[in-house]
Amino acid sequence: MSALNTGRTAVPTQTGVGAAVRTRLRGRRRDTGAIWRGLFFASAIFLVISIAAILVMVGRQAAALFTQVRPLAFLFGRVWAPEHGLYGALPFLVGSLAATGLALLIGVPLGLAGAIYLAKLATPRAQRVMRPAIELLAGIPSVVYGWVGLTALVPFIRRHSGHVTGFGLLAAGVVLAVMVLPTFISLAEDALRAVPQDIEHGSLALGTTRWQTIAHVLIPAAWPGIAAAGILSMARAIGETMAVQMVLGNSPVIPAGLIVPASTLTSEIVLEMGSTPQGSPANNALFAMGLLLLLISLGLIIAVRATRKEATAGVRQAH
Amino acid sequence: MSAKRIDQIARWTVTAAAGLILLVLGYILGSVLINGLPVLSWHFLTSRSSNLEPGGGISMQIFNTIYIVTLSMLIAVPIGLGAGVYLAEYARPGRLTSLIRLATESLASVPSIVFGLFGMIVFANAAGLGFSRLGGAATLAILNLPLIVRVSEEAIRAVPADLRHASLALGATKEQTIFSAVLPAAVGRLATGVTLAAGRALGESAVLIATAGMSSPRYLTFDPLASGETLAVHLWAVNAENSLSDAARIANGTAAFLILAMLAVSLGIGWFARRLDRRLAGQG
Repeated sequence: MSALNTGRTAVPTQTGVGAAVRTRLRGRRRDTGAIWRGLFFASAIFLVISIAAILVMVGRQAAALFTQVRPLAFLFGRVWAPEHGLYGALPFLVGSLAATGLALLIGVPLGLAGAIYLAKLATPRAQRVMRPAIELLAGIPSVVYGWVGLTALVPFIRRHSGHVTGFGLLAAGVVLAVMVLPTFISLAEDALRAVPQDIEHGSLALGTTRWQTIAHVLIPAAWPGIAAAGILSMARAIGETMAVQMVLGNSPVIPAGLIVPASTLTSEIVLEMGSTPQGSPANNALFAMGLLLLLISLGLIIAVRATRKEATAGVRQAH
Repeated sequence: MSAKRIDQIARWTVTAAAGLILLVLGYILGSVLINGLPVLSWHFLTSRSSNLEPGGGISMQIFNTIYIVTLSMLIAVPIGLGAGVYLAEYARPGRLTSLIRLATESLASVPSIVFGLFGMIVFANAAGLGFSRLGGAATLAILNLPLIVRVSEEAIRAVPADLRHASLALGATKEQTIFSAVLPAAVGRLATGVTLAAGRALGESAVLIATAGMSSPRYLTFDPLASGETLAVHLWAVNAENSLSDAARIANGTAAFLILAMLAVSLGIGWFARRLDRRLAGQG
């Protein structure tokens, strides 16, 4: 320390010029620091601006529709016939909800089993196979899911059901179920792993079997996290577009069954967005459907946040 | 039935479900590659697509995909990294920070087709770009931002505090510390995250149909204002338009190419991750 000090005083630059240069350099350093700080902050604010801009721009086009069509006639109208001035979006809403429900019905049990296997049963070697496999499932582009659905699943359903085409909600539900697996499994596995081990050990020490502990202790304790995984899978499924559009058959009516052509909000938007003139009621109606999707997604995010709060409160209570 | 028997059956069922998941993945990859690999000739990869005659290739789509993904990452990475740095290094708990986090989570949940609507109205219509690679890339960048922000923040938070303290103790400013100590230490994880985001951009299509468009310029050009149909959009469009007698052949080839590209990205991520592990092991 003292050596440093002597070194410092030995340098004869404490002249006016040297000091001025040094202060200026230091000033500049602080200025660039402030600029960087400003840029970091601006980047973060850009996210807020983006979501606000999406809400405003999509909302504005939707509002233009609602000057011509009553919102309730849009939301609950059963007939979609833009050429006759009828903009009922109920067929698409029903299609979206049915496809999503079916996807969860198939995907959640399968995904929960996968998560339990990964978190509690798999050997390290099996994990080394399963984990990359699930990442690959997440990485497959949705058009490729759609293409496999169209060329393999739809013909399969046609052959085994006796229906004319095989298109419809069943095909969409199965494809979506596979597509939500990665989201659901990774989140549910995290939730299962987050359960404190003492609880599990306590249960096993009471003489329960491995499965009794999993079913009666682990899953109830991890429930808020598993519910959050389900809600996020729902958000993923309801917003999925390409794969669904390719296997649905695209008929804008409330489907009478699972193996008849149907439509969803997303599939109708992607089909019509390029072919309807901007500003026309038919085009604005697509934005109104987009707004509906946006509000559903935001609602689901808020629901996830609520379950997450519950989860942290639960863990705190457990301790 | 005894508890032991139930335990056995339940374990067997869960393991079978895991096996089924592997089987589904194997079927998808296998069927796409078996149908598509024979299509991937040199001619298919290097010739232009045609809307009228069979025998077209995917050269322009490959070029457009690389172009748009690169451009979108050039836009998204600086902004996402900046926001990640802000959230990890500066943000204090409070209203503003929770607003930024809520915005990030909300943005991550927006369906990609809604980004497509947004990009169409903002870039193609209001900005007057029409169908353009720039508009497509910009929309894709916004779609990818939340993912990049999340991986950046996690990468920066994973850097040990000692490193920061050492740098600050040497008299470096906070920003000098970030640029010369924190970010270099986080580069492995950042690279993994950016590769992941690029992989996602590679397969995205709903965003691009009405922003980058479903056609390619007549000649090879780097013009960002030209339209640019990507591979994923092409796979959809040849089916939707269904004007070609060999649409199925082209779709099979395009799907196989996309899967190969995805596998390459996954291998890249694995490689980064292994390098990172080795480096961390060396440090420990």
